[in-house]
Amino acid sequence: MNQVAELYMDTEAEQRLRALIEKGLPLTSRPWQTLADQCDMSEARVMATIERWQSEGLIKRLGLVIKHRPLGIKANAMVVWDIPDDQVAMVGRRLAAERAVTLCYRRPRRLPDWPFNLFCMIHGIARQRVLLELDALTQRQGLEAIPRQVLFSTHAYRQRGARYAAE
Amino acid sequence: MPLSDKSRGTGAAVELDALDRRILNRLQDGLPIVEAPFAVVAQELEIEEQMLLERLNDLRESGVLSRFGPMYHAERLGGGLTLAAMSIPEIYFNAVAEEVNAFAEVAHNYRREHRLNMWFVLATETPERIGDVIAAIEAATGYPVYNMPKQEEFHVRLHLPV
Repeated sequence: MNQVAELYMDTEAEQRLRALIEKGLPLTSRPWQTLADQCDMSEARVMATIERWQSEGLIKRLGLVIKHRPLGIKANAMVVWDIPDDQVAMVGRRLAAERAVTLCYRRPRRLPDWPFNLFCMIHGIARQRVLLELDALTQRQGLEAIPRQVLFSTHAYRQRGARYAAE
Repeated sequence: MPLSDKSRGTGAAVELDALDRRILNRLQDGLPIVEAPFAVVAQELEIEEQMLLERLNDLRESGVLSRFGPMYHAERLGGGLTLAAMSIPEIYFNAVAEEVNAFAEVAHNYRREHRLNMWFVLATETPERIGDVIAAIEAATGYPVYNMPKQEEFHVRLHLPV
């Protein structure tokens, strides 16, 4: 049994709550009460349980995720940089603070084929806009001399969210 | 209301107005755990709660909202997650993409313009399974897989500012 299953063994009611929020929060004035009615808990206990999951770090937050394509956000650039190891954490934090950057990770180099160790995503309506934005942030961050490449995606062969809940 | 069912499936972009954008940006930060959370958010945005709920409902209908629910820490849930890349000759690309996508552990697979032209995310039930799945993909396709797991995440405020 993996950690997920163990953590959610708490009670049957909590497992039901877990499956319910996985499907999406009810858009009602008292969403916790709506969930409570569906899983045989009190509203207070639903709130306390979700708060506990957040404080245990199981859930980062209850938030929304936006789909790119319905909004016409079709340009998706993975920008990769070769940053000296002793500076990568600082540069990573600064890039992540840039409004255009939607994800920012340090990953291992795979030499000799792949020298890049910092990856960030920039999304936009068109390639030209993404490239202009990238130039602007490169200058703001003083990264003009850092080797980098921009990998635009041309096709999404598969796009499904990773699912972690034991249903 | 700028959103309608007509925009769904036609390839036409859904138009958001300024209020939709404020709502989406605010709620990417998360919902407060209070009895009437939408009322609290509505007050921050200086609109009525009913208006907020209607807008959210329309955004969900239009397909802009892909999820409104828990955001997980994959690692703390005990699963394995990595980004992997392959370099596939143009003429074999589609065939190899099919072979790779046949693995249930492949969550996303993007074609990108680079010598490493296939980039996919692997999500497995345990971290140990990542190596097994990579070996199986290499065996099935005959091409090497570059495994590039996250070493450090730098947190962004919004995942997709609109």
